[in-house]
Amino acid sequence: MLTPLREIIQYRSLLRDLVVRDLKVRYKRSALGIAWTMLNPLLMMVVFTVVFARFLRFPIAHFTVYFLCAFLLWNFVSQTTSWSTACFLGYAPLIRKIYVPKTVLILSTVFSGLVNLLLALVPLALIMVLVGHPFTAKLAFIPIPLILTTLFALGLSLFLAPLCVMFTDIGQIYQVLLVAWMYLTPIFYPVEIVPSDYRILVDANPMTYFVEAFRAPIYRGVLPDGPTMIGATVFAVASLVIGWTLFQRYSERIAYYV
Amino acid sequence: MVAIEMSDVTVRFTVPRERVRTFKEFAINWLRGRLVYEELLALSRVSLTIRRGETVGIIGRNGAGKSTLLKVIARVLRPTGGSVAVLGRVAPLLELGAGFDPELSGRENIFLNGAILGRSRREMVRRLPGIVEFAELEAFLDAPVRTYSSGMVARLGFAIATDVEPDILLVDEVLAVGDIEFQQKCLERMRGFRARGATLVLVSHSPETVLGLCDRALWFDAGRVAADGPAREVVEAYVSPKVPQPAHAVS
Repeated sequence: MLTPLREIIQYRSLLRDLVVRDLKVRYKRSALGIAWTMLNPLLMMVVFTVVFARFLRFPIAHFTVYFLCAFLLWNFVSQTTSWSTACFLGYAPLIRKIYVPKTVLILSTVFSGLVNLLLALVPLALIMVLVGHPFTAKLAFIPIPLILTTLFALGLSLFLAPLCVMFTDIGQIYQVLLVAWMYLTPIFYPVEIVPSDYRILVDANPMTYFVEAFRAPIYRGVLPDGPTMIGATVFAVASLVIGWTLFQRYSERIAYYV
Repeated sequence: MVAIEMSDVTVRFTVPRERVRTFKEFAINWLRGRLVYEELLALSRVSLTIRRGETVGIIGRNGAGKSTLLKVIARVLRPTGGSVAVLGRVAPLLELGAGFDPELSGRENIFLNGAILGRSRREMVRRLPGIVEFAELEAFLDAPVRTYSSGMVARLGFAIATDVEPDILLVDEVLAVGDIEFQQKCLERMRGFRARGATLVLVSHSPETVLGLCDRALWFDAGRVAADGPAREVVEAYVSPKVPQPAHAVS
């Protein structure tokens, strides 16, 4: 339990370098560079806003804000967990030759996803100004859902990464699951439109709680209610405990499989 | 004083007879009860002690377990069985330039590689000039590493890994790259470490390299120590065509 924590502290330079390198390398060869982290959500938002606000005519005021804040949070979880499925195979040349604490590699993918999310909050703020959405003091609450969502994504990544080394097609299965998972999360529709027979699927979905906890202060200008916060906390802690425990058990074997 | 202590170290790779890499195949084979694994013993109950300041050459045929031994000492592989104790700061030269990112510049890679070895950024800032000077890469420091020649990559890798005075130096056939002049420079630096009391463990197929750098040699065969003793005796036994399979260890 303590050794991996001590190693994270010893290897903090590696953690920072991997996050910085991730951001640099990802956009190095594109003309617009890091601006893509902010452009990407904007373009996605245009697509979804046209489809859901214009074609399907969801009666949601300021749909762009309603959608975008949830979508950015979803994007963070789906991106970081997808990256983690390919993480160890990507670092295989390194893992086969030099000892590196494996926890640090997973942490770096989660942190670089988090940096991407924070950068994408800039265009969100811009959109809020453009559509005249009010900024309230409740916005100060958003670090809390951000931290809980990060812990959840970290736990899930720690769970998935060693599994994907042993069975490479888990990564493919996970991509399909992600699509289903996205549609089961109230990102572009309100929870109320879900028929009561299917409501259990949405209520059992951890992302429902994280999205709501993040959206309440931004979109509605209120603090999330008690059940939402309890759900988010329980799922975050459970994910981290399960992921961490399994990871420490299997991470020593990773060098044998990559 | 002991530098490396191994007792009953076993490294076992389980290789499925038919390579099962997907979950689908695994599930199908498991249901049919047809999961057959072949075990590959890379190291088989190896026990050995290397004292501080010893210079040990590891020789043996391909697949005898030489590189696996170094990987176990370097903590890349945790053994399947047995125990390993390594005392002191290890400089692993298993492959020069492992962990370099070709898209990043030489300078950025120096910091990245230092971080991979668990060193802090401040320490690397201090060490940068010495590393660049030894690698002779002043003019190319800000060019991406993908534009480097393999010799330049090897020079940079060696310079970073050996810039810290190590207690234990692990070397796996890395001196084959680079020009003669740089090889001499590396050998000189390694002799310097040796003179100052560092432990050296070297894997090589070249009897001259082993005899030139090592006092003791270990002959590995099929994951076991086939012979252990003074470098000259073990190397002679190894290269001698009269004794292809030694029955017991050279004293």
